[in-house]
Amino acid sequence: MNTLINGLITGVLFGFLMQKGRVVRYDRQIGALRLMDMTIVKYFFSAIMTGMIGIAVLHNLGIAKPLILPTNIGANIIGGLTFGLGWSIIGYCPGTSLGALGEGRTDAFWGILGMLTGAALFAEVYPAISRTVLTWGREGSITLPHILGLNDWIVIVLFVAMGLGLFVFLEKKGL
Amino acid sequence: MGKNESKGWSPYLAGALTGVVIIVSAWSAGNYFGASTCFVRVAGFIEELFSPGRVAGMEYFRWFGPKVDWQVMFVSGILIGSFLSSRTDGSFTIKAVPDMWASRFGPSPLKRGAFAFIGGIILMFGARLAGGCPSGYGLGAMVQMAVSGLIVIGCFFTGGIIFAHIIYRGDARR
Repeated sequence: MNTLINGLITGVLFGFLMQKGRVVRYDRQIGALRLMDMTIVKYFFSAIMTGMIGIAVLHNLGIAKPLILPTNIGANIIGGLTFGLGWSIIGYCPGTSLGALGEGRTDAFWGILGMLTGAALFAEVYPAISRTVLTWGREGSITLPHILGLNDWIVIVLFVAMGLGLFVFLEKKGL
Repeated sequence: MGKNESKGWSPYLAGALTGVVIIVSAWSAGNYFGASTCFVRVAGFIEELFSPGRVAGMEYFRWFGPKVDWQVMFVSGILIGSFLSSRTDGSFTIKAVPDMWASRFGPSPLKRGAFAFIGGIILMFGARLAGGCPSGYGLGAMVQMAVSGLIVIGCFFTGGIIFAHIIYRGDARR
């Protein structure tokens, strides 16, 4: 029960902050994909950079256990590009579709129905996919520090430096 | 968007605070962000209403069966949080067709709804094939420096940028 309440509170905070950042709407999502308005990229990478530092501390202190999504190169690439096609049409991602509905964007409702349909469809074909695409390039739960042979903190410093460089670039370009 | 709508918060500030929420969530519940798995669970739940028993026999639903877990509550919370935020700062607007969409494809809510539905199918199929969505791979995996997060987020944006440019080709800049 506590887990469920924790999930709800975390989600409310996430939805609140995304809406405050004005990142849940179609114009912002497609604006980023058309390279015209990078608000969502600024939001997204600020969250990742901040989260990365705190999560590394938690992992190093043994307070939280890592839960690394496995690398399946074939499925990651084909699925990722397929997602990109759908994203360019709907203009919401799974999380932001709920946020968009929350701020009154009713087209997100049809998008959510589509997403549920897509999930059901995937479940239908999963047995065939698990025998084919999902077997291509299975690398397991690998991390950047692991494959680069670098300390966690060196990777974090490099990532944050690149992120800040990106922000400076975007601000200079007025995106 | 209303003409006199407030601009909201800096995306850097909202993003950094979201990073703090990510950290607290890992600390307090051991959970990392993700949103697309719960669409599988809810789809399974709906299917079960129509054909009980069938879902139990499907391999994928044995992994991600219909149940209310942390993530289902998390994604429901997004709706509530966005509603609370937009209602309290005047940015809540009932709108069936986004401005940019209307400027390219016209004001028909039916057309927009149909394409949102189709886009949703393709997007979620891709997300489940990839193993997650921007929440799971960006805010969940990249914060843990997972290689999968880097590959998938790169492909989300690469695919999205290519297809958005094709869809909006020839359209004047807004």
